[in-house]
Amino acid sequence: MDLSKLTIAEARRALDAKEYSALDLTNAHLDAIREKDADIHAYLEVWEESARAEAVAADAMIARGEAKALTGIPLAIKDNMLIHGRKATAASKILEKYVASYDATVITKLKEQGAVFLGRTNMDEFALGSSTENSAYGPTKNPHDTSRVPGGTSGGSTAAVAAGMALGALGSDTGGSLRQPAAFCGVVGFKPTYGEVSRFGLIAAASSLDQIGTVGKTVEDAHTLFDAIRGHDTKDSTSLPNASTPLEAETRRRIGIPRQFLKEGMEPDMLAAFESTVASLEKAGYTIVDVELPALEYSLAVYYIINPAEVSTNLARFDGIRYGLSVPADTIGDTYSKSRAAGFGPETRRRILVGTFVLSSGYADAYYRKAKAVRELIRNDFAKAFESVDAIVMPASPTAPWKIGEKADPVSLYAADIFTVPVNLAGVPAISVPSGTVIRDGKELPVGFQIIAPHRAEDTLFKIGSDIERA
Amino acid sequence: MTVDIRSLAKLARLDVTDEEVAKLEAEIPSILDFVETIKNAPTSLSIATPALRNVMRPDENPHESGTYTKELLDAAPAKTGDRIAVKQVISRKK
Repeated sequence: MDLSKLTIAEARRALDAKEYSALDLTNAHLDAIREKDADIHAYLEVWEESARAEAVAADAMIARGEAKALTGIPLAIKDNMLIHGRKATAASKILEKYVASYDATVITKLKEQGAVFLGRTNMDEFALGSSTENSAYGPTKNPHDTSRVPGGTSGGSTAAVAAGMALGALGSDTGGSLRQPAAFCGVVGFKPTYGEVSRFGLIAAASSLDQIGTVGKTVEDAHTLFDAIRGHDTKDSTSLPNASTPLEAETRRRIGIPRQFLKEGMEPDMLAAFESTVASLEKAGYTIVDVELPALEYSLAVYYIINPAEVSTNLARFDGIRYGLSVPADTIGDTYSKSRAAGFGPETRRRILVGTFVLSSGYADAYYRKAKAVRELIRNDFAKAFESVDAIVMPASPTAPWKIGEKADPVSLYAADIFTVPVNLAGVPAISVPSGTVIRDGKELPVGFQIIAPHRAEDTLFKIGSDIERA
Repeated sequence: MTVDIRSLAKLARLDVTDEEVAKLEAEIPSILDFVETIKNAPTSLSIATPALRNVMRPDENPHESGTYTKELLDAAPAKTGDRIAVKQVISRKK
């Protein structure tokens, strides 16, 4: 089997036809990890023994005729989702020794399917970053050019799938953390509607933005994973009621482009790759129109106020008392401040400080409350645009993957999120599909094409995404 | 804009070294400058009707006491018996 091309769909067919066993499939992936991951560093921990045991159990399910969509499929899990009895660190030193005391709902669902867990993947600490360089355990490298970043924050998950070290993966997307690394690694990254997938057992970063989503080599694979993990969960108060009838995606043919918004900061060949995909959609019968989303120009500012505000609140729970790293001190106050200083990395500290500032008395009106108000303008812009179009398309990133260490200044890294953060602010679903390539230093690097749909219109994304794959 | 990093760090319960303060004194204002454009956005606070609201689950069907105690306590850095141990919180100091 050629792991660089093998999809979940093809593996399902072969497993059910008994062409190879789930154990063979898992062993092949474990071999690939052993061979390649020293260079890529997608995984923080690989669970060889339990993965084989899960594969054997999956083979038994298949033999009994009880196979489900993901039975025996080897998957990688981002290090911010809890698996009972396993370490979960969010790539932070403060959780280096933390062992999960329960399963995240998405994990429970994957276990019911008989999926195989290969290991936990690298990420930016607490999902704060755009390149996986903020991991406390060292950066992940882009499989297409190991001197470059894989994107982030789910860079470990997307690199693992791209390098054939997992058939699919789960990640989370707070401001583009699935779509942008998927674009950089040449795989599909899918962020569902806010509330469509339970976040129970996901280590929270910014709760009004965080969403668990999926990574696959194809749109179909990302969709299959989504179907396995979606659904209402009483343990997540933000989870939506189960969706009723699927939309008739077939009839949804009008696509909008916010051209005004695309003008700035795009590398010319990245823009050309985007336009060429748009042209191929037009050829496939889609109607392409311009849409205006005037409030989008404030997206980055709104995001980089709301995100740190919520991060500073969520990370207050890491205090050296209940779990995680604890630095002994004379007073309880010193235990807090010394444990947090020792456990959090530089970007996490910056977000906590900025968040504390924008929430502080005297500044909360000008920053946090203003940002919340402008966020509503952005949501309204999307709602209005979706009255006349079925989907909106944008690049997943203004630039190709950059060199590791190239963007040392935090603000230049924030600016790279321009095309992905509006989606999280509006809570709508979006997908990044590989389409085209650009050349950097003689190496061919993938480009991601982003499709955005109205709330709960995921089927539209899968339909357009598949049409792009076929083009 | 200048930001008093030390008092901010104190509010955030985060120890900072002198070296870090010097670095953060440049970084934090540059991040705040980056988000400054929001001030020009055409909206007022009064029109904000947030789409999200807090939802609480009903407080019912409690699990049997002690079911998760050991597992949760095992994560704690310091414990005494079935309790998490902490330094004194309230003191008589004048």
